[in-house]
Amino acid sequence: MTRRVLVALLGALLLTVIGVGYGAFAMRREHRPVAAETEELSLAGSSPRILFRSTAADSRGHLAQVAKDRPDGPRSVSSLTCLRVYAAGGTGTCLRQDGALSTFQIAILDKNLAVRKAIPLVGVPNRTRVSADGRLVAWTVFVAGDSYNHGRFSTRAGLIDLGSEDMIDSLEFLSVTLDDHPYRAADLNFWGITFTADDDHFYATMSTAGHRYLVQGDIAAKTVRTIARNVECPSLSPDGKRIAFKSAIDGEPPKGWRLSVLELATGVRTPLAETRSVDDQPSWLDEDTIGYAVPRGSSDSDVWSVPANGTGSPRLLIPHAESPAALN
Amino acid sequence: MYLSTIDQPHAGDETSKPLRRRALLMLSGNVFALGTVSLVTDISSEMVTAVLPVYLVLGLHLSPAAYGVIDGMYTGATAVLRLVGGYLADRTSRRKSVAGFGYALSALAKLGLLAVGNSVGAIGAVIAVDRTGKGLRTAPRDALITLSTPPRLYGRAFGVHRMMDTIGAFAGPLVALGILAATAQAYDAVFVASFCIAAFGVLVLVLFVRDRRGAQPSKGVVTLSAASALLRAAPVRRLVLAAALAGLATIGDGFVYLLLQRREQLSIGWFPLLAVGTNLSYLVFAVPLGVLADKIGRLKVVLGGYTTLVLVYLLLFGPLDGISLLAVVLVLYGLFYAATDGVLIALAGPVLPTAVRTTGIALIQTAQALSYLISSILFGLAWTVWGPAGATRIAAALVVLAVLVVALLLRGLPATNAGKGDQQ
Repeated sequence: MTRRVLVALLGALLLTVIGVGYGAFAMRREHRPVAAETEELSLAGSSPRILFRSTAADSRGHLAQVAKDRPDGPRSVSSLTCLRVYAAGGTGTCLRQDGALSTFQIAILDKNLAVRKAIPLVGVPNRTRVSADGRLVAWTVFVAGDSYNHGRFSTRAGLIDLGSEDMIDSLEFLSVTLDDHPYRAADLNFWGITFTADDDHFYATMSTAGHRYLVQGDIAAKTVRTIARNVECPSLSPDGKRIAFKSAIDGEPPKGWRLSVLELATGVRTPLAETRSVDDQPSWLDEDTIGYAVPRGSSDSDVWSVPANGTGSPRLLIPHAESPAALN
Repeated sequence: MYLSTIDQPHAGDETSKPLRRRALLMLSGNVFALGTVSLVTDISSEMVTAVLPVYLVLGLHLSPAAYGVIDGMYTGATAVLRLVGGYLADRTSRRKSVAGFGYALSALAKLGLLAVGNSVGAIGAVIAVDRTGKGLRTAPRDALITLSTPPRLYGRAFGVHRMMDTIGAFAGPLVALGILAATAQAYDAVFVASFCIAAFGVLVLVLFVRDRRGAQPSKGVVTLSAASALLRAAPVRRLVLAAALAGLATIGDGFVYLLLQRREQLSIGWFPLLAVGTNLSYLVFAVPLGVLADKIGRLKVVLGGYTTLVLVYLLLFGPLDGISLLAVVLVLYGLFYAATDGVLIALAGPVLPTAVRTTGIALIQTAQALSYLISSILFGLAWTVWGPAGATRIAAALVVLAVLVVALLLRGLPATNAGKGDQQ
């Protein structure tokens, strides 16, 4: 008996040393000094820039900017850290951790990157968008079940009108029309909202019964209706006529995702020149160019760009970066 | 012929001890050792469960759809492996070894998560290995609990075991949280710590859990046909059928929590706390209900548990609202688990011949798991057709029906009331 206890104690000691030792190593690795901020960032100003989240070793997680015509040039780094970022019309969004595990918030930023409002989110945030005039803000979180939940997961997408403070907690509470028929189901999931210029409508992904749809939503009427199949993470072009999106290859997510552009008037889909699997909500850098992140290892990624008309080839735009948003 | 053992269940060494001592002290060290292994292992596995979605989405940049792919992989295979594990444990009469293999497999899977990087297929495979380990170990572990306990204390033994198990599940996310806070979000540190904790669980199993190989039949008795003869024995068939029927009427936690959240328009922030509330109630009631089951009869407690479930379903669209609705539903839901999860196995124990007991337990648990899978699909369909309120009321009616059928099926089950075994 005493020998067993001794072996157990020794084993516990050894395992503690391994666990704590690795933890200390990880802690030292994560606490790298951050490069000094070069200047105060601002969302205002007229020079074309790209805002992004840095994944470089010396500034991981920090909001940063580069000049659009010199994307590999010097980057300005803010002291603000986020998990996902976006900005338009003088409003920025920063999805970030809020203290404890699995509590997150969306911090809404003014043009000087000061936090003007924070909304708690539960679930892991993974998409955010701002309407062109900066009035509407959207987010998507991902809620995974615990062990009692038999591994079920869901995504919830919400939005807020900063003018009226009206908020839609989750699109699943809107009335749904699927293929022109009213529809309800327990497994409705929404993600990846993008706004129209009139601030009355949006596009998003809806999934139910194993299918993923492009839906168009009406904010005032609180309705969504499906308009196309196999379209995920839509992103409306600045002219409002095209939607860049990712779609599962052959409609099967295990095969990966391809980037395409859908012309709303004709329904024509043009696959883009990027042939790698891209799992990101694409971002319009201008009327002709799409930006998106491609992961590099486990906590690093690069922003690439590709022409929006299916020609050309992908180009590495900003190394060690993700969540690109074009500002002008 | 194997049912000849029914009236003389093998009760382990502890049968000879005086039975007038205080209830919990009467349980053998093996039950507490197995409880400790489960507690430690559940800390380890719930740590990973808690950070996995964050790791996949924020660490590896996978989308929720990729998580769905990972999660859906190989679910069917683990059900079959559970049966294989149960049969092997009986065949070789090495229940501890099979359980230990399952625990070790899950421990190694934690390191696998570190090694595979961000390939969706590989992560899915690692998670499948983890679940295989869980599938393999559950039945041999529950069989060991029964073999280490006199039949009249089965309820109590499972109560203590499930309480310890739930404490681990409770602590796991907190430990993960602490590590993430201390290391500035280093997910790999969580996986390494989780592996170390799981490895300690295996060590405790190896050192402190004793295999019960005493009254084993002579070699060659536990053949495949012997195992399948289990299903030809009427009481066993009725038990498996009852477990499957009850499972079919159960709509699954995800739906219960989703309905609560919709009903109360809870901010999504509350969602994870719903499971915490249920767990808390479960761990508080596990031992008292186990003791009660030994005293008044396990079938009564199981039926009472399912009656509680009827109340839960009715309350989801019932008169209460606000915080009182949440409190009442979560307490009742925890009660339901405390009255059914371990008690059902305690109920089955005396009916299953010692030689094929692990196979029998695996059979019941597999029937339950498969019927949960079917019921969640059916409930999803019912929701689409009749809406959430209609679907839930139908589920409540089906549970009532299941309670009646189960009561009929299991009426007069041999040795359901505090086994006669220890009076021999």
